[in-house]
Amino acid sequence: MSVASQVESAQSNWQEEVWRLLGEVKDPEIPLLSIIDLGIVRYVRGASRDALHVGLTPTYSGCPATEVIRNSVEQKLARAGFREVVIETILAPPWSSDWLTPAARLKLAAYGIAPPVEAVSNPKRLLGAVAVLCPRCHSPATRLISEFGSTPCKAHYACTACLEPFDYFKCI
Amino acid sequence: MSAAIAQVLSEDPRLRYVLRLADTSLILGQRLAEWVGHAPALEEDLGLANIALDLIGQARLLLSYAGELEGRGRSEDELAFLRDAGQFLNLTLVEQPNGDFGHTLVRQLLASAFQLELYEALQTCADARLAEIAAKALQETRYHVRYSASWVVRLGDGTAESHARVQSALEELWPFTTELFAADAVEEAMAAAGIAPDVAALQARWSARIDAVLAEATLVRPADSPFPWHGKRGVHTEHLGYMLAEMQFLQRAYPGAEW
Repeated sequence: MSVASQVESAQSNWQEEVWRLLGEVKDPEIPLLSIIDLGIVRYVRGASRDALHVGLTPTYSGCPATEVIRNSVEQKLARAGFREVVIETILAPPWSSDWLTPAARLKLAAYGIAPPVEAVSNPKRLLGAVAVLCPRCHSPATRLISEFGSTPCKAHYACTACLEPFDYFKCI
Repeated sequence: MSAAIAQVLSEDPRLRYVLRLADTSLILGQRLAEWVGHAPALEEDLGLANIALDLIGQARLLLSYAGELEGRGRSEDELAFLRDAGQFLNLTLVEQPNGDFGHTLVRQLLASAFQLELYEALQTCADARLAEIAAKALQETRYHVRYSASWVVRLGDGTAESHARVQSALEELWPFTTELFAADAVEEAMAAAGIAPDVAALQARWSARIDAVLAEATLVRPADSPFPWHGKRGVHTEHLGYMLAEMQFLQRAYPGAEW
């Protein structure tokens, strides 16, 4: 094996390790989702494992989970021996619920939180014709109770078929 | 020209412009937070608290940027907690007391609809940092407008009592909207730099949006007041001082306290 390819393979090894570790950092407010499921890790960069840069993006500007997540990432990587980690907050382009991974959508639905139904760019949203399905009985007969739920990223809905109230992960 | 105004104009207009945006979000967020635990229903308590959180988050991003522009090493916290009323540059509208729930929602609609149009324009402005903050804030502000507009419609087109209350709130708050579109030297300098949007276009879009909500809410738009308040120049109504006394108490009593 040439020196160059050895360096390359060492690099991809620690990058993979960082991504695996980040996949273990949970959103403190919706702990079934990792920060990778949420789509808030923008990049992992660095010349070596001792000069690491991780780009994170906030979901909402005032979300209190943002700082908890930042600290969790630092601690997680420090424990795994990554000593010099620079965490960068990236605002542009702004985070969108479109960035939730398909796995995240399935996890949310199984947990009882309706995942965002449509792409933000879907023109139907302008007409307000968004059918949110009840995560319990899957009925489309649901109604909005409040645009704001238990966390900034959720709205409050109720199902008129099975009468269960539920959280809906908003399209943003 | 008075010495105070001369001093204002000698300062960096970009810093003042960013502080206006930051303080408007901060003060409105703090006002809304006064509702926590007091709103008419749990859903509305959560709704108002969530909007407050978004606004304070936007204020943090903007104040951090203002601190960098100022170049004196002041952090977002120092700017929020250690300035006195005369150094706050928020719009006078947002420091007005909450009144009843309807009054708060009328104030919210007037302010959020303004922020919506402003952020929409700023997201493509010549200041890259401001543009990215505006793009982020815009997503959140859309929900603030939807929430406040839907409540103004429900209350305006509701009972005789609710209609009378929101109509009276509208009349009380309307004179403060003149300031929103009264551009001064700071905004003119920022418009010339390709940052601040054209005020006339902004006003037309805001006006059309507000008219549509008022029509649905069966409310009557009050006559415009020729006098602009000057909160964005640091001249405030008496209410701001009382509010800051509460907001800044901890940092004044225990300087540098953290948790």
